Amino acid sequence: MNEYKKIEMVVGVFVLIGVMSISWLAVELGQVGGLGKSGYTLKAVFEDAGGVREGSDVMLAGVGIGQVKSVILKDNEEAEMTLRINSGVQIAIDATVAIRTKGLIGEKFVRVNQGSEEEYLNEGEEFEDAESSINIEDLIAKYIFSGDAK
Amino acid sequence: MVISMIGQLGRNVMHGVAKIGDATMFGLASLRLLFSRPWQGKHFVMQMYAIGVGSLIIIVITGAFTGMVLALQGYHMLVKVGTESLLGPAVALSIIRELGPVLAALMFVGRAGSSITAEIGIMRVTEQMDALEMMAVNPQARVMLTRIIACALALPLLVGIFDVVGLYAGYLIGVEMLGVNGGVYMGETIDKIDMIDIETGLTKSIYFGLLIGIICTFMGHRATATTEGVAKATTQAVMLCSVMVLILDYIITSFYL
Repeated sequence: MNEYKKIEMVVGVFVLIGVMSISWLAVELGQVGGLGKSGYTLKAVFEDAGGVREGSDVMLAGVGIGQVKSVILKDNEEAEMTLRINSGVQIAIDATVAIRTKGLIGEKFVRVNQGSEEEYLNEGEEFEDAESSINIEDLIAKYIFSGDAK
Repeated sequence: MVISMIGQLGRNVMHGVAKIGDATMFGLASLRLLFSRPWQGKHFVMQMYAIGVGSLIIIVITGAFTGMVLALQGYHMLVKVGTESLLGPAVALSIIRELGPVLAALMFVGRAGSSITAEIGIMRVTEQMDALEMMAVNPQARVMLTRIIACALALPLLVGIFDVVGLYAGYLIGVEMLGVNGGVYMGETIDKIDMIDIETGLTKSIYFGLLIGIICTFMGHRATATTEGVAKATTQAVMLCSVMVLILDYIITSFYL
């Protein structure tokens, strides 16, 4: 019986290590549990969502402060984004948002440019100014055609 | 001549289909006993020990060297276009989505699957199954079910360990040896890996475990009760499992993309 107890112990340790490995993968890499985090939501209306998806990062001064919760079409012409901002982060009411790219061909993220007012945005409020993504193809097209005109 | 060849082909196909059906019924009959009394807890723990703990070392070694070689190969490919910052996600995605489940399953077949078939085959040769039945023990529940469940539970755990060891080994080679920035390596990995990738890998490993358990117990149970019969059944079981793992891997992957 003593022998069996030892085996039981070893199996227990094995299962524990396996479960710990899987949960480490899920929590560290899969970011399970990050979805229900407390925080508040803000809205931003863009002319062009340009590749920002649900789950894209929201950054302020290069630091991640939240994620994009949803991107929907508003009035059949604009893109309305709901941003989930981590609690504790205060954003001035005159702050603006812009869509930027990580690196030259990296993924898109929403950049918040902090404002100077002393009042801060509350749950559900909207950014007063949103700058759409810079579309490299548009820039190239503009450059080529303006070159033609000369 | 041609007609007899076509006849032979037909016979082989029908034989194969019958065998698949037989194995499926066998697996289902075993799994149904999961809810029957008496609960074979002690025997299940013994099987977890033999199957799971026994395969641990080979899995850790395979995982470590897979991660290392991936980092080495990936680095030399990525550095040519100056994107070695993507080394972390490249290593992690290959391991978590594909190589972890498949390589672990193949090693697992060689280490645990073969011994299951051989053990059950020899139990039949030496009439231990009949002895169990004489003692009013259902061999299907005590011998087959415990092994199938142990396979289905042990393999996902082993794959989890394989993944973590592989990622760490890849990190060691990529960051410590080849000089990729450690923060970039980890940051990009965390960025690019989603829960869906980990889910894919784990789902695969659960199905692989069930498949290996059912095939190996089935082949052992249906082995001809001679020394050669058991040897042949063991070889066939290992071969069949390896091929089926690769086929099933493709099917599950296509569902997840």
